[in-house]
Amino acid sequence: MRLLTHNMLSSNIKGVEKGFPLRIEAEKVVEKPVEMNADFLRKMFEKVEWKAFLEASRSMGYAQLPEEVDSGMLESDEFLSRFHHALLELHLEEGALVCPETGRRFPVNKGIPNMLLHEDEV
Amino acid sequence: MASYKENRTARIRLVSSHNEVYEPCDDSFALVDALLADRTNLLEHCPTMCMEIGCGSGYVITSLALILGRERGGVNYIATDINPNAVKVTRETLDAHGVDAELILTDIASGLENRLAGLVDVMVVNPPYVPTPEDEVGAEGIISSWAGGENGRRVIDRILPVADHLLSEKGWLYMVTLTANNPSEICLQMRKKGYASKIIIQRSTEEESLHIIKFWRDFDTTVDEVTDQSLIGFLGSLLAQIPLFSLWRGSNSNDNC
Ligand SMILES: C[S@@+](CC[C@H](N)C(=O)[O-])C[C@H]1O[C@@H](n2cnc3c(N)ncnc32)[C@H](O)[C@@H]1O
Repeated sequence: MRLLTHNMLSSNIKGVEKGFPLRIEAEKVVEKPVEMNADFLRKMFEKVEWKAFLEASRSMGYAQLPEEVDSGMLESDEFLSRFHHALLELHLEEGALVCPETGRRFPVNKGIPNMLLHEDEV
Repeated sequence: MASYKENRTARIRLVSSHNEVYEPCDDSFALVDALLADRTNLLEHCPTMCMEIGCGSGYVITSLALILGRERGGVNYIATDINPNAVKVTRETLDAHGVDAELILTDIASGLENRLAGLVDVMVVNPPYVPTPEDEVGAEGIISSWAGGENGRRVIDRILPVADHLLSEKGWLYMVTLTANNPSEICLQMRKKGYASKIIIQRSTEEESLHIIKFWRDFDTTVDEVTDQSLIGFLGSLLAQIPLFSLWRGSNSNDNC
């Protein structure tokens, strides 16, 4: 699971208000290199919630992202390549996503988050 | 033609399988053929985010990634299924073809509704559409691959509002339906949400008639302009224009159904 996907996922349990961001418990992180596409990154930059993304990248062991960002940084190749790496190349392979409100753990196995709910959570 | 198609779609022998996962079947082939038929438009559409709901073996999402081109970066694929074995098998199918997608084990798109809203440029769905007793819908294992409850609409009717919510302004939805699902009523329902629709492929066998319908937001038509009667008339004429023809594959094909 990419951090892009993490940034799009919320806890879906009944009664949870925001359920975002899910806290990452990383057991195994893998890197899969992909070609960089600056247009894609610019589009995604507008959608990504930076605080959540920053936290997520740290919990995956990557600490090269700036605290504060603005769209001017998209002109910098160095920023783009870090953003690209954290957003698309780092994958949570094993671990869990934890609901910020209830503490419910959604397991991630073989890179696939399991967001299925129990009957009493729907 | 065959080799063109082979290069552009997932290869059946590379599609992974599992006894509880839906194998690519006539409906899967029809959906992929619709995507191939619409390939030029898809390429011009330049989608950033593509999504499949109910990916099963991964045949369709893999084909979509191949149709849009391995060489083109800048597209992110997401595929969901409610069956744990399906998402595993989809991972193997993607890997075997050297393409990638983000997989999520979930009910339709649960967990993605908030943050993925309005971001999906292309959505493909081959839903469980077979009319069955209600209690088979969502049952464990392979049954939930096809069980659609009354008129086969139980899961379809839950997917449509989610699709509307997740699709971007320029978003397109390609969906498989059966005559028993009442496709013109589905188009009418989507019309009321502001979508135009077009049947890209229709195929008939003795048992069933499949339609692959494409939906897109149509800003020219405001909802109150549409009266049910005019629309049913319009759809009726649309359906009448399409000759009933059989395009089923010959004996050399790989249908396991
Ligand atoms: C007809 S099969 C299509 C599989 C594959 N896309 C294809 O075309 O070959 C329908 C798929 O939808 C999945 N499905 C059924 N109900 C679902 C739900 N509520 N949420 C997500 N997936 C679901 C099934 O597990 C099955 O894999």
